[in-house]
Amino acid sequence: MGFPHSSHDRETPILSQYFGDPEARSLAGWRERGGYASLEKALGMDPVEIQNCIKDSGLRGRGGAGFPTGIKWSFMKPDGKQHYLCCNADESEPGTFKDREIMRWTPHALIEGVAIGAYAIYADTAYIYIRGEYAEPLRIVQAAVDEAYAAGILGDNAMGTGKRIEVHVHRGAGAYICGEETALMNSLEGRRGNPRIKPPFPAVSGLFGKPTTINNVETLAVVPHILREGASWYQTLGRHENMRSRGTKLFSVCGNIARPGNYEVTMGFPFGEFLNELCGGALPGREIKAVIPGGSSVPILTREEAEGAFMDYEGMVDAGTMLGSGGVIVFDDRQDMVKQIARLARFYAHESCAQCSQCREGTAWTTRILERIADGQGNARDFDTLLSIADNMTGKTICVLSDSCATPVVSGLKKFRDEFEAKLGPDHSRGVVPVLLTSNRTVAA
Amino acid sequence: MTYGPSAGQLVRPPEHQHDEPYVPVFTDARRDELDVILSRYPTKMAALLPALWIVQDTHGWVSEAAVEEVAGVLDLTAAYVKGVLSFYTMYHQHPVGKHFVQVCTTTPCNVCGAEDVVKAFLEHTGCGELGLTSDGGRFTVIEVECLGACGFATPVMINNEFIESVTPERVARIVAEHD
Repeated sequence: MGFPHSSHDRETPILSQYFGDPEARSLAGWRERGGYASLEKALGMDPVEIQNCIKDSGLRGRGGAGFPTGIKWSFMKPDGKQHYLCCNADESEPGTFKDREIMRWTPHALIEGVAIGAYAIYADTAYIYIRGEYAEPLRIVQAAVDEAYAAGILGDNAMGTGKRIEVHVHRGAGAYICGEETALMNSLEGRRGNPRIKPPFPAVSGLFGKPTTINNVETLAVVPHILREGASWYQTLGRHENMRSRGTKLFSVCGNIARPGNYEVTMGFPFGEFLNELCGGALPGREIKAVIPGGSSVPILTREEAEGAFMDYEGMVDAGTMLGSGGVIVFDDRQDMVKQIARLARFYAHESCAQCSQCREGTAWTTRILERIADGQGNARDFDTLLSIADNMTGKTICVLSDSCATPVVSGLKKFRDEFEAKLGPDHSRGVVPVLLTSNRTVAA
Repeated sequence: MTYGPSAGQLVRPPEHQHDEPYVPVFTDARRDELDVILSRYPTKMAALLPALWIVQDTHGWVSEAAVEEVAGVLDLTAAYVKGVLSFYTMYHQHPVGKHFVQVCTTTPCNVCGAEDVVKAFLEHTGCGELGLTSDGGRFTVIEVECLGACGFATPVMINNEFIESVTPERVARIVAEHD
C-alpha cells in the first residue's frame, strides 16, 4: 500500500500489506499473520529445492541490477567451506525509501527471508548491513532479531531443527558507496568502503574471503511469500507481454507529486496510470516536467516518455532508462533542471570513494562545471566538456558510481538542452577556455 | 588551532573541549558489549565500525585518544583506525554541538524546498553558518546527502532522532523543543 496513504485498489500489496500496522512488528503479531511458517518449511527442504523454487518464480534482484535471485543462489555449492549471506540494507540511492518501510513495519519478514536465504546457500551466518542514518529501522530490526533468538527461531538449533542460523545486524556509518556489494563487504570487515575489483566474484571470494551472496532487503523479504504460495503463483504476477519480469515491486515516489509514498504494483504496470492515478499526478496548478524512474542513477525521462513506459526491467529499458531501485523522483515545471542535475552531481562527488581517478576527478569537475552553468557563468564549450568527461567516466571504473554520475548529466543535457542554453553567461559566444584545460591542479568539489 | 574540512564534514569545533582528559570507553559494561560484538565476527577488525559507534555514543565524538584506545583493543594500528574513521561521514572527528542537526538537501528534498529548511535551522539555532557550533555548544547544523526518506521531505536528523516532513515553519518549534 501507498504508505503513508491507504492502499489504492490498483495496488497488489504483498510486501506492503502490513505497512502502518504496528502489531505486525512483534514476533507474536508476525506469527498471527502466518510468519515463520515458510522458514519452518524451508528448513525441511533441500537447499537446491529452495534455489529451484526461487528460480522458477522468476524473482530478480530488487536492489537495482535485476539479477535472477535463484541463479545467484545456485552459484553457492555445498563445498564444506564457510559461506555468508549479506543483506544489503544500505538503502542510499536518492529517491529510494522502500527498504526503510519494510524494516520499520515488518522486520520479521526480513529476518525470515534472511534465514531462508542463508540456509539456501549453505551459510550458517548472515549479516544485515543497515545504513547508519536509519536509526529507527536499526532499532526495530535489532529488537526483532533479539526476539527471534529468544524464541529459538535463530541460533544453534533454529526452530528445533538442529540447524545453525545466526543473523547479526551491522550498522553502517554514512557512505553511499557501501551499498555497492563489494564495498559493503569491505565495510563489514572493518575497512574503508572501497569497492573491490571483480573477479573474484563474491560467490567465490566474498566476505572474509569466503563464498558470499549479497541480496537486497526487498528481494529477501518476498522469499517467504514465494515459498508459501509457490513459484507458479509468483509467475502469475506481471504483464503477459513480458514474462521476464515477474512479481510485484515496491516503488518509492517523491519530489513534486500529489501523494508521495511507497506503492506496490505488479511488474509492468503502466507508468502513466501509476503517476497520475495512484500518486495523484502533479501538485495543484503544476505540471510534471521530468521523472527519474529508478533512483538517481538512471537516465531522466520527460513526462511524455514516462507516461508511455511500463514499470518492469524491460519496459524501462524500452523507454530509454532503467528500473533501478524503484525510486521515482518527480520534477514539476517550477524546477530548474540545470540546478537539480548539478545537485545530483554534487551528491556523487561527495560520495565517490576516490580510488578511481575517473570518478574522483570526473564527479568533482562535473559538479564544478554544472554549478558554474547554473550560476549563469557557463559557455557553450562547457557542454562538450561535460560530455567528454561523462564519456571518460562511463565503463572505466571499478564500480558504477562514476557511470551513475554521468547518466543524469548526459540524459539531462540531451533532453533539457534548452534550459542549459538559457543559462549561458553573456560572454559565452567568445568561447572562454574551458576550465579543465587551464588547470593543472586537482581540486575536490 | 584551525581545522580543515574532514571527509565529508565541515564541522569546526569549539576549541576548549580538546583539553579535557580522555576517559577510556572499553571498561566494564562497554567492554562486555564489545565482547558480544566480537563474538559475531571471525576477525577482530570487523568490530571496528561497531567499536567506533560505541566511542561516539559515549563521548559524542572520536578523539585521537579514542583512536589509540580502539586500536589497542582491536589489535590494529592507530593509523589504520584513523584511515577507516575518516572514510565514514557519520563519525565526528571533532566535538560537535549537543544537538547535531543534519538536513537532507539532495535532489528529491531539494525540489521540495530543503534549502529553506536549512536556512531556517541556521537562523533559529543561532549557528549562522553550516558546520559552526552555536553558543554554549548547543547546536551544529550541516547539510547531509540523502537520508533515505525522500517521500517525507524534508527529513532532518537530530542526533539519532529522525524527524520527517519538516517545513521552514516547523523549525522554530523543533529548535525550541531541543534547546
